[in-house]
Amino acid sequence: MKIMVAIKRVVDYAVKIRVKPDKTGVETTNVKMSMNPFCEIALEEALRIRESGRASEVVAVSMGPQQCVDTLRTGLAMGADRGIHVETKEMLYPLSVAKLLRALVEVEKPQILILGKQAIDDDCNQTGQMLAGLLNWPQGTFASKVVLDKEKQEVTVDREVDGGLETLCLDLPAIITTDLRLNQPRYATLPNIMKAKSKVIKKYTPQELNVEIKSDLQIVQVTEPPKRKSGVMVSSVDELIDKLKNEARVI
Amino acid sequence: LSTLVLAEHEGGSVKASSVSAVEAAKYLSEDNSVSILLAGSGPSLQEAAEHAASCHPSVSQVLLSDSEKLKYPLAEPWARLVHLVQKKGSYSHIIAASGSFGKNILPRAAALLDVSPVTDVTEISGSNQFVRPIYAGNALCTVQYTGSNPCMLTIRSTSFPVAPSDNARSSAAPILQVDLSTFGEEGMEKSRYIKQSSQDTERPDLGNARVVVTGGRGLKNAENFKMIEKLAEKLGAAVGATRAAVDAGFVPNELQVGQTGKIVAPELYIAFGVSGAIQHLAGMRDSKVIVAVNKDSDAPIFQVADYGLVGDLFEVIPELLQKLPEEK
Repeated sequence: MKIMVAIKRVVDYAVKIRVKPDKTGVETTNVKMSMNPFCEIALEEALRIRESGRASEVVAVSMGPQQCVDTLRTGLAMGADRGIHVETKEMLYPLSVAKLLRALVEVEKPQILILGKQAIDDDCNQTGQMLAGLLNWPQGTFASKVVLDKEKQEVTVDREVDGGLETLCLDLPAIITTDLRLNQPRYATLPNIMKAKSKVIKKYTPQELNVEIKSDLQIVQVTEPPKRKSGVMVSSVDELIDKLKNEARVI
Repeated sequence: LSTLVLAEHEGGSVKASSVSAVEAAKYLSEDNSVSILLAGSGPSLQEAAEHAASCHPSVSQVLLSDSEKLKYPLAEPWARLVHLVQKKGSYSHIIAASGSFGKNILPRAAALLDVSPVTDVTEISGSNQFVRPIYAGNALCTVQYTGSNPCMLTIRSTSFPVAPSDNARSSAAPILQVDLSTFGEEGMEKSRYIKQSSQDTERPDLGNARVVVTGGRGLKNAENFKMIEKLAEKLGAAVGATRAAVDAGFVPNELQVGQTGKIVAPELYIAFGVSGAIQHLAGMRDSKVIVAVNKDSDAPIFQVADYGLVGDLFEVIPELLQKLPEEK
């Protein structure tokens, strides 16, 4: 059984982002870039399934400019068997990403596809659901537990939903998107980083996959959120209660 | 314009977040006919339909889909239902609240319709321009939808509050049955609902509460966290938690406030032992009044707080419990 994992290169989660003065976006030059944290969790889950003997191969896919290869190398150092890079300089929205992934699914024929539930840059939370729709595969989004039954060819997924936890059982092939509590991703060790250098990364262009990149969205501007006006420090519980009652009038 | 609102219902009424989605439709155009799509099975669906018919003055009709296949909120049949209803009704817009229900279904339905959805919208300026937060709310992105119909949105219900006076309608809107004869079977059995585990509480819903009391890692353990619950009870408030508190097992996941948890914007937000990580602030920064109690005077939470108190929460909470007036 083969598992495919989609990984995205994003501004590192610890970087304090800056909006560009011309409002065209967020500054990404000379900024530390890393693998999206939810994608790390997705890859970790795939590796654990392979290590338990229930899958034979983990293929990592990334899309975007040349530098995505660095992110793929990180994934290979974590333990993915090989990589696929769909290279394009064009802005990719989730619908295009989902179509490119569908084309790769037709080539690679994985039984499970694991993605992060959202990327921490655009916070879209769409790609996994859209891909599942395009493929007509069942989906288990926002997963906090994944149990694969290879005999029955099904996967049981605990999902984090507004009301608590929901459990679904999906026939394979299936799409899973990961939530934060699914696992703790591993760090790549130095020997594995060295080994990753000789692993194969296959390149595709969107044209080779017969996917036309078009967009029905246009970014008008990116701005900073309004600042909250600075508050006051109070020195006692009595003063706090007084302020809430008589100044803010909320209790 | 014509808008389809994909609504969620529970216990015989439409959820407040879905009524906010109807409210959001108002901002697309003055001239907008709004249809609410409700699905499920059994008598509670019928009850919810009656509620939907009079839940907001903008509602012009309620579309009802009663089927065993739609008994549970599974994305596979629901996305197909949206697709089917859209093909018949040719709506210009489809809106859902951006809770776990809408986030799960709407993008899948959008893929079936070959359009890009715009998720987590906080502001609507006209029929095709929207503002949504990116980078955990550290930037706001204005996007324009330039594609073909339908334009599909999920909206943050906290950004589209419904005024109490809007809540009534003089006469109920008509309720129509969706013709499911072409709904099909293919692929429907590929996902099966097993169960939902949740803690039933008497407390107000976190997403819509007027007051939220939140505890962080500073509470140290699940036993201590009960102090937060006690205080919430006294204030008639909902209980929230940080990711750290949930990960440490103090409380279940559905109480998490933040980028990946719930987004709240109550009138009063009180945070105890919360440091103020970016991903937590993303979930509560739009609260009207923020109070922070933390023993570390450098905690980032104080930068967004209207009222800050540096102190030991194990002393402050008991004192508040004693001195706060009882909620009427």
